[in-house]
Formats: sequence, structure tokens, C-alpha cells
Amino acid sequence: MSNGAGNRQNEPFARVVKRAELSTGKIVLLRLAAVALSLIAGGIFIACVGQNPFVIYGTIISGAVRSVMAFQGTVKVMIPLLVTSLGVTLAFKMKFWNIGGEGQIIFGATCATFFALFCSGMNHVLLIIVMFLAGFIGGGLWGLLPAIFKVKYNTNETLFTLMLNYIALHIVSYLRDGPWMDPGSQGFPKIARFDKNASLDKLFGIQFGWLIALLLVVIIFVYIKYTKQGYEISVVGESQDTARYAGMNVKKIVLRTMFLSGGICGMAGMLQATGSDITLTTSVAGGVGFTAIIIAWLAQLNPFSILLVSFLFSVLEKGSSVVQSNYGLSTDCADVLQGIILFFILGCEFFIRYRFLFRKKEGTK
Amino acid sequence: MSMLIKFLVAAVGAGTPLLFGTVGEILTEKTGHLNLGVEGMMSIGACIGFMAGYYTDNFFIAILAGAAAGALGALIYAVLTVTFMANQNVTGLTLTIFGIGFANFIGIFVLSKSPEGTLKLPEKITAAMRGGNIPALSKLPVVGELLFSYSPFVYIGIAIAVACAWYLNHTKAGLSLKAVGENPGAADAAGIKVTSVKYRNIIFGGAICGIGGVYCAMIINGGVWISNNVGGLGWIAVALVIFANWQPAYAIWGSFIFGALRVLKYYIPQSVLPFPIAFYDMLPFLITALVLVISSMRKSGRINLPAALGLNYFREER
Amino acid sequence: MAKQEKSLYAIECRKITKTFGQVLANDEIDLNVKYGEILALLGENGSGKTTLMNMLSGIYHPDSGQIFIGGSEVKINSPVDAMNLGIGMIHQHFKLVEAFRAMDNIILGTKGKKEKNKVTSEKIKEISQTYGLEIEPEKYVCDMSVSEKQTVEILKVLYKGAEILILDEPTAVLTPQETEKLFQILRKMKEKGCAIIIITHKLQEVLEISDRVTILRKGKSIDTVETSTCDAQKLTELMVGRPVSLEINHPPVKESKTILKVVDLTVYKADGTKAIDDISFDIRSGEILGVAGVAGSGQKELCETIAGLMEASKGAILFHKENLLGKTPSEIIEKGVSMSFVPEDRLGMGLVASMGMTDNMLLKSYQKGKGAFVNRKPAREMAEGLIKQLDIVTPGTETPVRLLSGGNVQKVLLGREIESAPSVLITAYPVRGLDINSSYTIYDLLNEQKKKNVAVMYIGEDLDVLLELSDRIMVLCHGKITGIVDTQGTTKEEIGMMMTGENKFSDQEKEAQR
Repeated sequence: MSNGAGNRQNEPFARVVKRAELSTGKIVLLRLAAVALSLIAGGIFIACVGQNPFVIYGTIISGAVRSVMAFQGTVKVMIPLLVTSLGVTLAFKMKFWNIGGEGQIIFGATCATFFALFCSGMNHVLLIIVMFLAGFIGGGLWGLLPAIFKVKYNTNETLFTLMLNYIALHIVSYLRDGPWMDPGSQGFPKIARFDKNASLDKLFGIQFGWLIALLLVVIIFVYIKYTKQGYEISVVGESQDTARYAGMNVKKIVLRTMFLSGGICGMAGMLQATGSDITLTTSVAGGVGFTAIIIAWLAQLNPFSILLVSFLFSVLEKGSSVVQSNYGLSTDCADVLQGIILFFILGCEFFIRYRFLFRKKEGTK
Repeated sequence: MSMLIKFLVAAVGAGTPLLFGTVGEILTEKTGHLNLGVEGMMSIGACIGFMAGYYTDNFFIAILAGAAAGALGALIYAVLTVTFMANQNVTGLTLTIFGIGFANFIGIFVLSKSPEGTLKLPEKITAAMRGGNIPALSKLPVVGELLFSYSPFVYIGIAIAVACAWYLNHTKAGLSLKAVGENPGAADAAGIKVTSVKYRNIIFGGAICGIGGVYCAMIINGGVWISNNVGGLGWIAVALVIFANWQPAYAIWGSFIFGALRVLKYYIPQSVLPFPIAFYDMLPFLITALVLVISSMRKSGRINLPAALGLNYFREER
Repeated sequence: MAKQEKSLYAIECRKITKTFGQVLANDEIDLNVKYGEILALLGENGSGKTTLMNMLSGIYHPDSGQIFIGGSEVKINSPVDAMNLGIGMIHQHFKLVEAFRAMDNIILGTKGKKEKNKVTSEKIKEISQTYGLEIEPEKYVCDMSVSEKQTVEILKVLYKGAEILILDEPTAVLTPQETEKLFQILRKMKEKGCAIIIITHKLQEVLEISDRVTILRKGKSIDTVETSTCDAQKLTELMVGRPVSLEINHPPVKESKTILKVVDLTVYKADGTKAIDDISFDIRSGEILGVAGVAGSGQKELCETIAGLMEASKGAILFHKENLLGKTPSEIIEKGVSMSFVPEDRLGMGLVASMGMTDNMLLKSYQKGKGAFVNRKPAREMAEGLIKQLDIVTPGTETPVRLLSGGNVQKVLLGREIESAPSVLITAYPVRGLDINSSYTIYDLLNEQKKKNVAVMYIGEDLDVLLELSDRIMVLCHGKITGIVDTQGTTKEEIGMMMTGENKFSDQEKEAQR
């Protein structure tokens, strides 16, 4: 048996205890502090590669908003991010880990592209509506698939949706290399540029997807907060047993919500393909599905916060392309900074719910 | 015949980076932490390992540097998810975004400073990692090519996988690790230092992933640095963990099968099997999805999916 | 020297204090146990028993106070420390890895190299023979019965050489026979010189097994007494803090009509085993039907089948002569059959922990009203009404219910069910985890419903309460009904017998047939 003196040395230096709930003001302050710290850390990184952090930060911001054109570019980056974030929010609210935003974007875009390529002669407004629905339903089905297996066999949705991302990606590369290859490209594998008739109209110089995205912010907010279906999603997310005991049809709710979640992501794909790229490429999603998960989580699944966060992310992305042309730092700089900021915010969430208790404080009380 | 041997050799080569990623992720997931940052850790390992090789011209320093870098990436993940109890999915994704960004950024940064305009590994290290170095054995007919012609990475990978299999199934430390992933509360009550077990294995797993990254940077493109050199292999590794049923020993043949699927398209003439190339690229993912579904359909069979996967542990929760 | 110390106390706690957030769980608690002694730690739910024991086993850390083991002061910072000091804890909720074999669970956390399975297996068998335990070391825990799992837990601490055993509510999940067996094992350990602390709130068991009793109340140690000088009445007084009449109001039954009739009901669990085995009974308006039985005898499945959450393979549930089987849960709720089940973690099934009272009121009624939108106004009014009516202590209707105390949470749950004016009210374990005063509020609520002519089915754990509260008691054992008796003219012993499978009902029938 060990004695008292020996044990005292084993006493942990610090241990974690739950803290009483913090006020909203303090939480906001804590998060701001985390962002500030992360900017300092990012600054150190920039300084390490021999640049002045203040100049780089300044260029990022001015690069994104300095002119009408720059701002339009920023918004263009933001559209798919915002829409996809709103899409995954529905699934996350239900604690369904939809990591498949990428796949849903791609498949939605693919379905919309079918009409863009083969029905381009249709009436313009009608064609746009049809493509819109195709994108929504395509993405929705791609989201529904893992949900079906989840409710039926409890198949792990995180891993399954992840696999579906790549399956969707290779469907596009198949179409690009084969049936949908641009006949005018002389064997170079690419899909033809859409007919003018099949591309989205512009509003204030940007594809009108931005208007849809903004509308969607309000719609999702109202849907989650005030509708019966939104209420059901919250209850299922909190506890499936409670939902069951309240007489809810949990399976139906999961399927429906995942269809909507995937559908909205699919819509993002359609907007990107027909509004920005004007064709379908394998990089139509380009990591947006993953970034969207981070945005949704950072914004605590609140649609208005998502609007803000996705705008900031777009500024970072757009601004860093200006940094590249002005200072020769590659655009990957944006990803590094994103990562650093996120690491700090992820860490800071801990201090909202817990605190450390250090050795000195105890025993002498 | 020689075509078949060439195919098998190529399959092993293509499967090796997957083997590292998979074994690393198995160790991580056995702690109950799903680290979606494999791609990121491999990228960081690729970058640092490559740079170390580029500047020191020493194969082992390159591998150690890559492993250390992967471990460092995993350390960030461990601090955030184990100590700070952050969401595992979000943290892993962030690590991936950060890792790829970091690797590409540093790569381009070093490239911009290099006078030649490319980064190519020096001759000595290239020779060290090239296959067919084993005296006598690699010259044997058939067997020589099939078993002894590979780059040292292949043997390191297999050795690590075998060691991990033994560690998991035949040691007390392995038993403790599995207990932590299954039921951290029970492990804690049994006197296992849950936090320390998690840190150790997550970091060790990251180191293994890092070596996989070094392979990607040094072998796949013939010793020339390019951006995005891991190119999604980390994600396939996450899939392979399921396919290998969380067993490092299965990961060996699992990764070689996946490697075979990846090179299949170069060896099967279009006239024989008229599937489009994209189909072969899709196969690994399709098969993994099927494995995932089938293993969840079997209710009775013992699945090795750690019961506490994805859940953080806080002892004083009440 | 060690010998001399052994004659002292095995464990001595002085002024142990522990707080959780703002809750004072342990307030300067004193406690001691000798070697070769069984100490019962008695206290109501929430009196701080488990917290105290978790500190002894190194899971929590005391904020202040001293612990002495074998006479010398120690700090127990982790389960490893506790283990090294010879303290072994058997938790109420087993701490076992289900996917492991028994032997792997037993050697988990021990030092040294891993031995061959055969060697370990032999060692385990040897220890189990010493204490009269039965075990199959190669069996997987997930394939074990509850009492087998408990045996593994006990072996886990014995294998590590524990001399001080702490058992947290060990009999909660056992049948009376299994309990008796456990007590024999404990007595054997006592003979071998172990110090044993048994945490319980069952007075009968305290009197049967312990040498001394320490009583905790609201986080304070009230008294320590020799068991032989005590009786149930005195212990209760010490536990509750005032002389209590263990009497629960029992209003007479006014008129009773059968309104829900269960006929030949058989239900299978998802794993294919029989949960409910061909049972028939009826629930009558204006009376309380108590349901007794060892945990896991089919209570949960019965509740869920009536509420439409589980499918029956055979039989019928007639509500006013209409079969409820095949109807959806929401249809059944609409007909006025209300069911609430308080699970072991107390929040998981009836309420949403992170939502406020308003949103929780909505749970079963949100579908009411036309359109796609939820109408929160009536729910808010209902929440406000309940706060006044039932004296629910909460900062507001929007405060997440997880921040309320246990008693208030259960008032919210039961209050919502009652507000829906059901004609059948099924409630399972509504006083789980409550102190005596809050429990009485709940009993009063149920009696009020009975007076309003509601048919109440009460599923409980405490036989004394069941006998006081209900008009008839139905006993379940392994999914079968082993008896339905009037509470007048029944004793606890008879019910206890039926819980173990002695079929009083069929005995009577046989008698009648002759």
C-alpha cells in the first residue's frame, strides 16, 4: 500500500470541472477572444514566411471588398457555401452527421446538367425551373440513400455519406469521359459549356443564386424555429426515444429531413454549375461540402450566423487570391488561416462549458 | 504471366500509402475517436518528410520527419478532442483542410525560392528508396520480383501493421486501448488512464499516417514535389478501416486489394472488360459502402466498430 | 505494525466535502469501516451516497476533507490509487466492456504481461471457488445475465486483491434469490476479513446484512448506529429527518369500470426473445393498478405496447372495446391513453433536456391545430399554469429543463400528462431518483387523478409504496403475470414470492377447479 506522502505527488496538476452556465455576453466575448488569438497565431505564421501580417490581413479584406467587381467575386464564392451550410444544418440539427454535402452538390449539379445539355431548347424560365427541381431532387435522393440505410440497419451515416461523395465524383468523371463528352473538344475530356438559354440570369452583375441563398436563410430560420416539422427535427436530434414516446414517426422524420438537407445541397450544386461554372466539372463541389460543415458548426446552426460566417469565409477565400497575385503567397494561405482560426474556436468552446481547477487551489480551502 | 506479376507489384505499390493511413486510423479509431483528418496528417507528413529528404538527402531522416509531422497534426486533434472535448467530425475536417493547405502552401513557398523551378529529390535518397535493393533475393525469378523488389516503404508498412496487430490482440496495453474505445467509463473504473491511452494512440496513429504521406510525396511522382500529392488517399484509408474491420492484419491485404483496384484500369484492356475507367476509380468506394451496409445488416456477428466511436469522454459527467 | 493497523479502521473519512457546480453534494461527511465488517450506507436518493463512494474509488475528487486507509492519510486521485490501496468499487451501473470476455474484463487495468488465456482462466476460477462464486471466464459479457455480470464485477475487484469492497445498490437489479446468494458471498468475504460498504435504500436489506449503518441526509452524515439496536422505523426517521408515518393517502375507489382490457398479449423484443408472454388483465377507471416485478420483467415492453410503440405478435388491447393494436402512437395519445416512462437517466424518454418547459409541453400536442406552424401560445400558458399549480421551481418557462432539479423535472413530465386529461394514465417509475417529500407530491398527484375517475397504472420499484398506493397489484415475472391481487389482505412477502415466479394466480385457479 502506498502512503499519503507518495500519493500527494501523484495529485493531478489540473483537472476539469463543469462550470455554471455562462451568460450570452460572456460567451460572445470568449469567442471573440479566440478569434483574436487565432489571428495573432496566423500572423506569426505569416511573419514566419517573411511577410508583414498586417499588410496581408489588410490585403485580404480590401481584396475582397475594394471594388464592385471584387465584391461580386466574393458573393459568387459565397453562394454555394451559404446554401450548402444551410442544407447540412437541417441534418445536423437532427444529429445526423451528413458529411456528404460534396456528393449531394455533385449529384444535384449532375441532374441539373442533364437538362442543360439535352433540353436546352426549352422555354428559358421553364428550363431554369426544371433544372432547379432536378438539382433539388437529385441532391435529395443522394441524401436520402444513407438515411434509408440508417433507419433500416443503423448504418453509420458519417462513413456512408463520405463514400457517396466519391461515388458521385466518379459518376461525373464517367459522364465527362464518355456519354457527355463535349464533341467539340477533340477528345479532351470535358463537358460542353451550357447554352446561354440554360445558364442562370444575372442580377446586379452576379448570378441570381445570391437572391435564392438569402431567401433560403429566412426560410430555413422559419422552418426550424416555427414549423411543426422543424420542431420534430429538434426533438429527434435531442433524443430519439423522447420523439418516439411523443408519438413521432422518427424514421419518416429522418428520411424527410435528409431529403431536404441533400436537396438544398443539390440546389447549391445546380447554382454553381448553371450560374458560375456554366458547365459541369469534377470540381463543381471543390470542398464546399466540407467547408460548409465547418461553417454550420461555427455558426451554431443558426441561419443568420451562417450568413455572416460564410461571408467571412468567402472574404478570406477571395482576398487570398489577391494576396497571391500581389505577394506571391499561394491561395492555400486561406486554408491555413481557416484551419488556425478553427482550431482556436474549437478549443474555446471547451471554456464555455468547463474550466480547469489547478492543484494549488484545492485542499487549502 | 509477367503481366500478372507486374500488375501485382503495381498493386502492392499503390496499396502501400493506404496501408499506412489505414493502420494509423485503426489505432486512432480504437481509442473511440474518429479522426477525419487522415488526409491532412498525411499531407503534413508528405510536406515535412519531403522537405527533410530534399535538404538532408537522408532517407531515414525523411521518414522520421514525416512521422513527427503526422504526429504533430494528430497532437492538435488530440488536444482539441480529448482534452477540450471538441466535436470530432469538425476537428478532423479542419485538420484535413489545414493540412492540405499547409502542405501546398509550404511546397509552393519553397518552390518559389528554388532556382531550378522544380523540387526534385537528390540522387542518394532516390536510390535508397528505390526497390530491388535487397542483394541476391530480389534477383530471384518471379519470387524476387513479387516479394523482394519493393521500396523499403512496403516492408516498413507491413512490419508496422503486423506489430500493431500483435499489440492490439496480444498485449495488455492493446486490451486497455480496446477497452477505452468500447467503454471509457469501464476502462477508467478499471484504473486505465483513459486520457493518456487516447493521446498515445492518436499521436502514434498520426505518425504512421505521416509516413504514408512521405510515400505519396517521394514515390508516387518520382521524387518531384507537386501540390495535392496525397490526392484523396487519406479518405480511401478512412474507408479501408471499415473494409478491414478495424484489424491491422486485414488492413494489409485490404490495402493491397484497394491498390489493385486503383491500378486495374492500366492492366485490363478495354476490349476484355469494357467498363469505363471511372468505374474502376469508383470501385474502392463502392465496395466500402457495400461493406459498411452489409456489416450493419448482420446483427449477430461481432463487429469491431468501437462502441464509443465519436463520443468524447468526461469522467465527472452526471 | 500492519497487524496493529488492521485492527483499526479500514477506511476513515473525516469532513469530506464535494460540490458540483452550485450543488453541495457532500457536506463534511464522516464515515468509518473496520476490517471484517459490513457497513450499510443508507440515505435517500440525492443524499450523496454515490458521490461519497465515487470519491473513495477515485472517480471524483473531494474539495476538502481527509481520508485514512488502514490508519494513514491518503489522497485518492484516480481509480489506480484506489486499486493500489485495496479499494474495489462495484458500480450500480456495471462498468463492463460488453464486447469483451469475462476474463478480459477481469484482467483489465492490471499490471504485468498478458498471460495465456488458460492461466488467467485458472486463476479466476481459483478465486471464485474461494468465495463461492460461479463464472465462465470465456463467456462474452454481452451474452450474460444481470447477475452473471455482477459476478464479473465482484471478481474484477477480488482479482486485483481488494480488501475493501464498495457495492452501490447491488440488489436493485436482482431477484430475491439472487440477492440472497449475493449476501452469502458478502458474508463469506466478511469472514475472510474484508471491509464491505453496501449502499442501499432498502431498509430490509440493511437490517439483514449489515453490522452497522451510517445514515446520510442531504449530503450530511447524520448518525452511525449498530444495526442490532435498530428497526425499520428508527432508520427511516434518521434517513428522512422527522418521524414519518409511512402512510400514503389511499382514497377509496368510488366506481370502477373496466376501460382498458389486455387480452392474451404476447410481445417479442427486437432480439427475438419473449418480452411479454401471453398476459391478460384489465385497468379500471377510478383505481390505481400497481405493477410490481424485478427490473426487466417486461414492464417497459408492456408500457410501449399499450402506447403503440412496440408491435404485439398476438392478443389484443381493448380500449372501450376498440383494439389499440395497429394504431399509431399519436392516434393512441389522441384517444386519451397517456403513458410516461422515467428511464434510468431520468431525462431521456419523456422530456427534451435542452428545451424549456414550453417546448416540452408541446411534445404530445404540437400536431394540434391546422397549418404547418407550431402554436406555442397555449403551451406557454399551460407551462405557466403548471408552475403555479405544482409549485415547480424554475427561473422561467424557457429555461432548459435539464437545469431543474429531479423533483421538478418529474413534476413537469407528470404534469404534462395530466394536463392532457387522459382517461388512462400509465406511469412508470415516476418517483425514480426523488427524495421522499417530492415522491409524496407525485403520489398525491396520482391519487387526485384516481379521484377524477382516471384509470391509473403505476409501475414502481418499491413494494411498500406499491402496497400503500395501489388498489390492486399485478406482478410480472419474466414477461408473465404471476398474480393479480387486491392490496387489502396481501403482504409484501407474498408479492415478493410472486416476483420470483411463484404463481399465486394459477394456484388459486387450481384450488377453484378442485
